[in-house]
Order: sequence, then C-alpha cells, then structure tokens
Amino acid sequence: MFLGLYNYWIVVLLMMIGFYIVIAHGNLIKKLVGLTIFQTSVFIFYISVGMVERGSAPILAEGISDYSNPLPHVLILTAIVVGIATTALGLALAIRIKEAYGCVEEDEIQRQDQLNEDKS
Amino acid sequence: MIAIAIVRSRDLLAVVMLTGIYGLLSASFFVVLDAVDVAFTEASVGAGISGLLMLSAITMTGRKEAPRRHKPFLALFVVLVTGGMLIYGTMDMPYFGAVDAPVHQHVAPRYIHESMQEVGVPNIVTAVLGSYRAFDTLGEVAVIFTAGIGVLSLLSLPRRRKKYQTDEATEEQMHERHMVLRIVSKALIPFILLFALYVQFHGDFGPGGGFQAGVIFAAAIILYTMLFGLDTAKRVFNPALIQILAAVGLLLYACVGVVSMLNGANFLDYNALAEDAVAGQHLGILLIELGVGITVAAVMLSIFFNFEGRRQAQLHNAKQKGEQDVSRTL
Repeated sequence: MFLGLYNYWIVVLLMMIGFYIVIAHGNLIKKLVGLTIFQTSVFIFYISVGMVERGSAPILAEGISDYSNPLPHVLILTAIVVGIATTALGLALAIRIKEAYGCVEEDEIQRQDQLNEDKS
Repeated sequence: MIAIAIVRSRDLLAVVMLTGIYGLLSASFFVVLDAVDVAFTEASVGAGISGLLMLSAITMTGRKEAPRRHKPFLALFVVLVTGGMLIYGTMDMPYFGAVDAPVHQHVAPRYIHESMQEVGVPNIVTAVLGSYRAFDTLGEVAVIFTAGIGVLSLLSLPRRRKKYQTDEATEEQMHERHMVLRIVSKALIPFILLFALYVQFHGDFGPGGGFQAGVIFAAAIILYTMLFGLDTAKRVFNPALIQILAAVGLLLYACVGVVSMLNGANFLDYNALAEDAVAGQHLGILLIELGVGITVAAVMLSIFFNFEGRRQAQLHNAKQKGEQDVSRTL
C-alpha cells in the first residue's frame, strides 16, 4: 500500500546522505560534494512529483495526449545551472581559505582562529 | 550506492570521480522520468563541468581528507531522526505518477493545452521557461552572472605582463606526449561547438535551449584549454572579451524586456515584438535563449579560466620557492 511512495523514500535517503556528509565531515570540499548530493535529491523530488503515469516528455506531438508536468522541469533546469555556478563560488572560497590557512579542514581552521584571538 | 561510497571514501580524487558517475546516473534517472530537458542539463553539468571544477579545486587544496577525530554518532542520530520525520511526512503525499495529484491541477493544464496557440513552440518546457516564466529565468541568469562575478573577485589575479617561460616549456612537453588525445579532440571540438549551436537554436522544437547550449559550448572550449594549455586558449578567447560577453548576454535578455515595454506591453511580453503575436513570441524566445546561452557559456569559461590561472600561479610560486630553498641550502 505504501509502495507507491517509493520515490520520496529514495529522495529522503539521498538527502540524508548529503546532509550527513555536510554535518559529519570536516573537509570543506567534501562538504560541497555533500551539498551537491543534497541538491540533486531535491531535483529528483521535483521531477518525480511532475511525473505522470503513461505520460510523455512535454514536447507537443501528434497522437499524444498525456504529458508530464512541464513546470518542475523548468524550475529544475535552471536550478541545475545555478547550482553549478554557486558550487563554483563555494570552491573558489575553499581555495582562498586554503591559501589563507594552509588547509581546508574545519577543525584546523577553528584552531588557528582561536590561536589568533588569543594572541590579540 | 554511489552516494554511500562518496561518504566512505577519504580520497577526494575518487570522490570527485564518483560525483561524475553520480551526475550521469541522475541524468539517466531524469530521462526515465520523462524530463529530457533536465536530463540534458544534468548530463552536461553534473557529469561534465562540476567534476572538472572540483578536480581543478582539489589540485589546489590537497587530495587527502584528514581522518575524523570526533565520533560521528551524534551526526548520524540527527540525520536518522530528520530522515525518519521526512519519511513520516511522505505518508500524506500523492502516489508516484498519480494523474490526480494536486501539482497537476493548477497551472500545468494551461501550459499543456494552450501554449501551442499562445506561444507556438512545441517544446512546452521552452515555452514556460522563455515566455510564461521569463522574469524568473531572467533572475536565474542574473544569479549565474553574480556567481561568476563572485568567483572572479575571489580568484582573479592582478594582471602581469611577465611570461612564465619555464612553465610554458614543460607544458609544451606535456602536450607533445598526448598526441593521440590532441588529434582526436582537435577533430571533435568543431562538432561539439556545432552541436552546442544546434542545441541552442533547436530548443524550441526538441530538448535543448540556452542553458544546455551554453554549458556544452563552454565544455568544448575547456577541452581545448586542457589540451593546449591555458595561455594558448587565452590567446584565442580573450578573457576580458568573455567577461564582457557575460554581461552582454544578461543585458540582451533585459533589453528584450525593455523593448517590449517600449512597444506598450508588459516587461518581457513578447506579443508586442512583432505584428503577429506568435511571431513575436518566437523572436522573443530566440533572443532571450541567445542571451542565456551567451551568459552561461561566458560565466562557465571565466570561472574555469580563473581556477586554472590560480592553479598555474600557485605552481609557479611553489617552483620559485623551491628554487630559493635550493639556493639557500647551497
């Protein structure tokens, strides 16, 4: 009876894997990868909501009457490209952090900050 | 499965490779779910560009992740509770593929049944993206442009006339070694560019459009950069010109809106662009997709150029430092 909901479960699983990477790992690049997985799970959620049984891709053609919902496709299409642009921004920040602190591990960065505060 | 492997692996290079595979898999997932346009974008972005940028980043930040010091049980607990609550929340959701789900009742029927008369474009996704939700898309393009500016301000280097002679020599050697790759991709790059243009202008009828075309176009040029070196590529595609193009694309988009306003209609209402409403819609969508394509390609390229430029400068600095150390020990 609940099996019809399996698409949401896949989404939740992926989302939680991404979430886990973000909160449990200290490496900033790894965190960004986790965010990407989280993001993709949201994409899959939208697209699977827009899916219609026996529907076809939303390109009008003769002899097809059922189409899947085009609106989520539009939203996600732009979101993917925006997502890569923001990920690039995050990576750029990570590179600058590496240059300033010499590493991209969260603990290490906090330790160095603490040291600097104690000094001043 | 792949996601779990990403969690476990501490070697970031492997993680990035796995993300590439993950991107390709989710693209095929989208095809199964009838979202061809989205799959197209995900295949070019998720499996292509994002992996490249991450690779380029980890060459600068180091490949190994430090071993964890604290126990992950708290994080695991938080994740499990959140996941459990989310799954409990799905119990009220409509079943997968249900035709009578609330999502399909609101605006989608109008898009599906009337877009042919109102916009005259067979690909509904393009019609919604370019015409019904044009303002939203303008905002998205502005976000991409802003992210590009952000990367530029973080990573761009002060302009230097000095050439790195030693680097160039080693690079040349490296490129000599990849003879097969170089010749094959030399033959391939024109076709990739041609394909990008096809995707750009065929977006009204099949899957495609400005976003995908921009990414594919950028990917072709990035391939060229990887094989022939950054300096050669910068000589062919002037970075300053690319930055201007990124702004031009966005401005072209906004100008279409302003022109339709001057013609007495709402902002981005293409009906006013030509005598015939449908012809105006065609013209408007063509122009804004062109604007989107130019901006996306230019932003992706300038992001990549900056990553690469930063990397080479770092390598150069490291080499200089090494030479100094050697001379000091001597």
